[in-house]
Amino acid sequence: MTLQTGSPVEERGLQWLDDEGPDYEIVLSTRVRLARNLQGQPFSVRCGAEAREQILEMSREALEASDVLDQASFWPMTELDPIDRAVLLERHLVSRELIGPPEGDPPQGAALVLAEDRTLGLMLNEEDHVRLQALVGGLQLERAWGEVDALDDEFGARLPYAFHHEFGFLTSCPTNVGSGLRASVLVHLPGLVLTKEINRVLDGISQVGLTFRGLYGEGSEVIGNFFQISNQTTLGKTEEDLVEHLDKIVRRVIEYEKQARAVLLREAPSVLEDKVWRAYGILRHARAISFDEMMNLLSGVRLGLTLKLLHTPRVETLNRIMIRAQTAHLARSARRRLDDSDADVFRASLVREALEADAQGRAGNDDLPIDSGDKRDDGVDGGLS
Amino acid sequence: MTSEMRCENCGEREAEIQLTHIEGGEMATSHLCSECASEKGLSAAIPPEAAPLADFLAEIGEQGAEPALSGADEGCSYCGTRPQDFRKTGRLGCSHCYPHYAPQLRGLLRRVHGATQHVGKIYLGQTLEEGDVTVRVATLRRRLERAVEIEDFEAAASLRDQIHDLTVVE
Repeated sequence: MTLQTGSPVEERGLQWLDDEGPDYEIVLSTRVRLARNLQGQPFSVRCGAEAREQILEMSREALEASDVLDQASFWPMTELDPIDRAVLLERHLVSRELIGPPEGDPPQGAALVLAEDRTLGLMLNEEDHVRLQALVGGLQLERAWGEVDALDDEFGARLPYAFHHEFGFLTSCPTNVGSGLRASVLVHLPGLVLTKEINRVLDGISQVGLTFRGLYGEGSEVIGNFFQISNQTTLGKTEEDLVEHLDKIVRRVIEYEKQARAVLLREAPSVLEDKVWRAYGILRHARAISFDEMMNLLSGVRLGLTLKLLHTPRVETLNRIMIRAQTAHLARSARRRLDDSDADVFRASLVREALEADAQGRAGNDDLPIDSGDKRDDGVDGGLS
Repeated sequence: MTSEMRCENCGEREAEIQLTHIEGGEMATSHLCSECASEKGLSAAIPPEAAPLADFLAEIGEQGAEPALSGADEGCSYCGTRPQDFRKTGRLGCSHCYPHYAPQLRGLLRRVHGATQHVGKIYLGQTLEEGDVTVRVATLRRRLERAVEIEDFEAAASLRDQIHDLTVVE
């Protein structure tokens, strides 16, 4: 493998967005990660600067010889500016722990390795020495697990993992021990929220060994009706069983969500249609919009699309907006830090242009220029059937 | 920003949850604190692991004060992590902490995971040296089966080539 240091972050790690995986209208993405530690080195809380550098160097050498990762980038967090670090966080490629506090320095030896051709990589010197992760579009647990398993086999053959005959793969926190596997699926459940069935479903989830979180993982709130469902336990079951169990339950949740949507459509069709179109209208024309408001409106538009109340934009356009309209992404395009009100103006501009491009049948907003927001909106709702 | 918003129900605590609902044919959104939300039947995401972990922390805390196990008060013989360190950070210090605190850990693991014995992937150690073809081929075969199962034919073709290359060399 070629391991390249210091390449620009640009559009990296977004391959999963092009991948309209199964059930992509309800399931945004699937992630599987494995937590591993190296034998003979203390865990992160006891790990000094020297040991961290050693772990980084050993991992780097092992990865240079990788067949699984063909071409990959290597980013020590200290070499990235704070905006790029935040961009990686917004793409769910790194954790808060890896990038450190917003105003401070990243932890010593913290690094991200990321394949060029797909969203597969490793975080080094995070809560555990190594966190291998795969991210794919739609509901594709088997595929994500397969990718990360292959990388794990190879990496583990070159470096000594901390493994115990009884407890399995040893992790810094006992909640991850055993398989070290956390599989999670990001699902959009507006139907269950609107019909107030969501609590029953979430209760059910926690009774079968699964847990849920908000869009940004542990401790984050639910935004835009997105829920991350993942396995709660990591010990006492095989990786395949953990993955299959989650897959089975998520499929049931998808069924419930579809039923809830059918109920909404039957019970309150005109209310629903009005709200969905209003959401689209605000997104098309707003001059300033907060991230939370945008997410809630996008949720309405996404719902409208799957219920065929709206025919544009494409779901893929919505996914791209969700990524690109986050604050660090906006700041990177603007090439400066943005305060909240600046960010709201930039965000509204990006959303308008992305939806306009989609309505005109253009390819999306990859190279979207951002201006201060006085672009004219010609052809109001033009191109919509 | 929602982070500065007060709960619309009690007007006191910070609103943490946005609840969208239909009332009388109208969709409405309210911002609630987690307590009022749970009264309305929407619970905030309290990590279920928090409770057993707290139990465990209390347990090893007591044992730290009045050690039931030899060595528990001195901490892990390799990294020196003491029960109170774990209580503070929720994290163990090194791989030797596991055998060192095994009796207490088993209780925690049973509560958190419902099990203490790992049954997943077995780590073979650094066995896959370049020369160790048998293990490598077995791993590739396993992966090939899975690729076929999920109809990832591109991956399957590449795996078949890799197996072929290895077995021909052999």
